[in-house]
Amino acid sequence: MSSNTSIDFHSKGFATTLRKDKWWLYPGIVVFGLTGFLVYGFWSAWQADFYWYSAGQEGFGGYLAPFYSPLLFIKEGVAGAAPMEHSLFGPWPEWWPQWLPPSPSLLILAIPGIFRFTCYYYRKAYYRAFTGTPPACAVGALPRKRKSGYKGETGLMLFQNAHRITMYFAMIYIVVFFYDAYLSFFRGGEFGVGVGSILLLGNPILLALYTLGCHSIRHLVGGSRDCYSCSMIGNASHETGKASGWLNRRHELFAWLSLIWIMIADFYVRMVSMGYITDLNTWG
Amino acid sequence: MTKRKFQIYRGDNDKGEFVQYETEIQEGMVVLDVIHKIQAEQANDLAVRWNCKAGKCGSCSMEINGKPKLSCMTRMNEYKPDETITITPLKTFPIIKDLVTDVSWNYEQNKRIKPVKLEPEAKTEKGYVMYQKDVDRIQEFRKCIECYLCQNVCHILRDHDKKDVFIGPRFMIRVASLEMHPLDRGDRIPELKKEFGSGMCNITRCCTDVCPEHINITDNGIIPLKERVIDRFYDPVTILRRKIFGPRKKKLPPKKF
Repeated sequence: MSSNTSIDFHSKGFATTLRKDKWWLYPGIVVFGLTGFLVYGFWSAWQADFYWYSAGQEGFGGYLAPFYSPLLFIKEGVAGAAPMEHSLFGPWPEWWPQWLPPSPSLLILAIPGIFRFTCYYYRKAYYRAFTGTPPACAVGALPRKRKSGYKGETGLMLFQNAHRITMYFAMIYIVVFFYDAYLSFFRGGEFGVGVGSILLLGNPILLALYTLGCHSIRHLVGGSRDCYSCSMIGNASHETGKASGWLNRRHELFAWLSLIWIMIADFYVRMVSMGYITDLNTWG
Repeated sequence: MTKRKFQIYRGDNDKGEFVQYETEIQEGMVVLDVIHKIQAEQANDLAVRWNCKAGKCGSCSMEINGKPKLSCMTRMNEYKPDETITITPLKTFPIIKDLVTDVSWNYEQNKRIKPVKLEPEAKTEKGYVMYQKDVDRIQEFRKCIECYLCQNVCHILRDHDKKDVFIGPRFMIRVASLEMHPLDRGDRIPELKKEFGSGMCNITRCCTDVCPEHINITDNGIIPLKERVIDRFYDPVTILRRKIFGPRKKKLPPKKF
């Protein structure tokens, strides 16, 4: 025994810990990654233009920026806007507030936004990185000063249970993005391949890998049963649950890959549409 | 043989201090070996709870350099030769003495959970055929050695001290092991939401990170339970289905011939 030192043992307070490793690295990366995505996403959605590229050719085919898909309404006369036949409900509505840009993206971002926000993986990521509950394991959580204290996902955050509902709608987006990918392999009705086609095909594939491994899907296709050997459906749901479970174990990976990929695909289409990037393709 | 520095918490729940020790260590030693060496050579009154020294009894849980770990499974070569290793008791539970904490609160939580309610014929010789795929999930939970590292690291209990509203990850997986049992007829979903505090967990996965048995507590235990709560109380599709067709009838495995 060499010396004794009185200490404030297990001191309480935000980010206090006896850990000596780089525990701050994970929340730091998450803050960087998610902030970058949010900044880009809002910037892209706010632009309301240059979201379509077909090299000036009419007919079937073209690149549609994924942040703008599906196109519920289209404002005519906007630079880089898609032709009106791509609009699901016709021209831009008159009730749209003047102070908001006429961006088709603003109409459709809520569902995928809430789906990702309420995702069980992203919850871990942003609770650690942004709300400090806790910033890392065995590192002091942000103290709550109110009398009721920490409420978890019972108070305002009861909203997280909307994940199941948004998951049902997110499945529609996968189909829409696959259609957009199909569209991107044509220009003026002629089949071809461009860098944009590959990016727009990778987007729904990664999104499907992320969504089909979602905890809610895993639960619905297999996890909600207690007995698999009891019936034919039970046996089938064991197999589907296993497949979803395989994806679920890689949920974090696909969450990040699909997030980064959709951002790159959207940026690429915008840059090609604006003329800053020349799309390499087989159409010539 | 190399000399290594340690600082170990000595005291009880009200008063304590870090005491510095230096001792020689040999290749292959784990932290519990070092504690025993210090106990034998320098501090005979140092209190430490241990039993199997094989990572199976869950007794020697403590915090080593701030991380909740089993001291018998933590090798000394994980640490740099020149660093002082800090050893403290579990933060979440009251300290009895030195590295020993009072974990009896956990036993009280266990008693709150409805025990298994088996199908009557499951208790007879006739019984049911149990297939591996029906018990895979619950076997993972049965690996739990009740070391309470997950209870200790859970910030709801550790930082927010919400022991009155959340039973903690260990008992969430106990509920999961019963709820997913093919022969169990009990229904614990209402109390899971209202009394056991399933909504308090915010899925930060620290319980999974520290589990020495590598049980995927969050993804395979807590989240499936949260999904069952959503089925019952929040998903309009499953609520509507239940209203129209009634609650899903529990099917049983095939009977033995």
